[in-house]
Amino acid sequence: MARAPAQSASLSPPQAQSQSASLWKHAWRRLRRNKLAVAGGSAIIFLAVLAIGADVIAPYHYTTPNFGRNFEFPSREFLLGTDHLGRDVLSRIIYGARVSMTVGVVAECIVLAIGVPVGALAGYYGGRLDMILMRFVDVMYAFPRLLFVIMIMSMLGRGLLNIFIAIGLTGWVRVARLTRAQMLSLKEREFCEAARAAGAGNLAIIVRHLLPNALTPIIISLTFGIPEAIFTEAALSFIGVGISPPTPSWGQMVGENQQFIRSYWYLCVFPATGIATIMLAFTFLGDGLRDALDPKLNE
Amino acid sequence: MEGAYLSQLCRERLSALPLSTPSPVAILQIDMLRTVEERHERMVPYIIRRLLWMVPTLLAMALITFAIMHLTPGSPLDPVADNANPLSPEAQRNMAKQYGLDKPVWQQFVIFLAKAVRGDFGSSYVYKNRAVHEIIRQAFPVSLHLGGMALAVALVGGLTLGISAAMYQNRPVDYLCSLTAMLAVALPNFVVAVFFILLFSLVLQLVPTGGWDAPSHWFLPTLTLALGPMAMIARFTRSTMIDVIRADFVRTARAKGLHERRVILVHVVKNAMIPVLTVVGPLFAGIGTGSFFVETIFRVPGLGRFFVESMTGRDYPMIMAVVLLYGVFLALMNLLVDLLYGVLDPRIRYA
Repeated sequence: MARAPAQSASLSPPQAQSQSASLWKHAWRRLRRNKLAVAGGSAIIFLAVLAIGADVIAPYHYTTPNFGRNFEFPSREFLLGTDHLGRDVLSRIIYGARVSMTVGVVAECIVLAIGVPVGALAGYYGGRLDMILMRFVDVMYAFPRLLFVIMIMSMLGRGLLNIFIAIGLTGWVRVARLTRAQMLSLKEREFCEAARAAGAGNLAIIVRHLLPNALTPIIISLTFGIPEAIFTEAALSFIGVGISPPTPSWGQMVGENQQFIRSYWYLCVFPATGIATIMLAFTFLGDGLRDALDPKLNE
Repeated sequence: MEGAYLSQLCRERLSALPLSTPSPVAILQIDMLRTVEERHERMVPYIIRRLLWMVPTLLAMALITFAIMHLTPGSPLDPVADNANPLSPEAQRNMAKQYGLDKPVWQQFVIFLAKAVRGDFGSSYVYKNRAVHEIIRQAFPVSLHLGGMALAVALVGGLTLGISAAMYQNRPVDYLCSLTAMLAVALPNFVVAVFFILLFSLVLQLVPTGGWDAPSHWFLPTLTLALGPMAMIARFTRSTMIDVIRADFVRTARAKGLHERRVILVHVVKNAMIPVLTVVGPLFAGIGTGSFFVETIFRVPGLGRFFVESMTGRDYPMIMAVVLLYGVFLALMNLLVDLLYGVLDPRIRYA
């Protein structure tokens, strides 16, 4: 989608559209041929089903305590064992998929909703707005991001909403920078000039002509932003500043149970496997998408 | 052979010439010396300028941290821990007065700055009666030790993996490198830590699960912390090496009849290292923040663990000191990396 329509966008719109549709089709075909990406995509669909249908699929509720049956190793009744309160680990892991999936999708949407408009405006208009933005970005880059997120979370307190805020506040900088760089090069191209000559307003040029052409790098950054958001939530919950306790999250389960790892290894290992699966699934899919959308990188 | 003959010729001619008239070769040498001297002369103001730039950056970091701490709801006197007893309003007022928390925020910031410049960060709220610099003096060397070992492992392991993957492209080593790199980049280090503990401590029973008393305790935390950066270095080294291997000067070196090992080590690796250095800078940050998790899970008494505890306890003086320490450390390391660029590539000028 990125290059070909950019060169031909000054042609009549229907033609440009059909061309971009076939480009998407090509990308889809390339993606389907990539085995790792297909495996990643399937794992993501599986986890999404778990997350949505947790109420039906999970054998127990995530808070149901089984008194006198705490720290039980995996058995037929409790497939992945029970924790220190006698709660079923499998059920908690199934519900935990919900948190990871929600954070990945919602937090990244917030990041895009802030980053893309700010980057587009700064890149298109330049001038003072651009300068202020870039100075701010420099300061943000001086901070290690995780340190910043931990700081915001420990000040705001635990909770899903605060995780969204923390990830959104720190993540948009990267997207804004990327969008800005795209705008800077795209706005000099002929098709942009043609649109302006045809009488299109600034806003129309940004929304209808520039952003669609910047879509590929934005999608690629999205495929890396989602696992990063999932990782951030897991990391925050691991050190105890993420999700508030009764709600299960994989990171929190690893963090909470790492003190028991010598005696009850399964309490840590299963949720850790969950995190590993979702991270790898998104990374594989992301790599596949990048190769499919940007065939030049492959050569 | 030809080179040796030429230098022999030059030496003979030089000894034959009177000292007052420098030969073309000697002029060339003097000229090179001059540029080296010039480089050194330029380097000092460059370093000074970079060090001065740290001041506004640190000031901005301090300001942002301070603002986040003080403008968000909650206070260190009103603990959020589950089992904490709420203090009476009167006691809270007394405590606030003792720690200077009753003054306006901007005044607190100015007082903090004035003291921080003299190296006084006050005393910790959580670890009462202990000065912040005392805690840091105890914990920072541990983190530095762990981080240093991890960086060394990451550099040696990453370069070895990356170079061998590039040399034996599309062979088993290459696939091993890609696989490790993909796994290590995608997996958070506390997840890796869980699997390492399972494998090395519980199944193989080689090393203890945590602690920091004997060298056997160092193995797992170092390996865990090093894995991510190692994978990054390996991946980057492989791709830049492959670019350089195709360059014309490498073909020339081979055409001269140089031994393959010499071609790789002297011509390829040296030139491939320049882009690799760009990722080493951010790696310091990764190792710094990564230590929060690794130190927690392996019970290492380093700064990362103190930092997490001080965050949840709203230990203002401790948070400020640790954030600024990380800031200074990162800035210095980035400066070091930039200076190394110049050493590896004389074309780079300090501007």
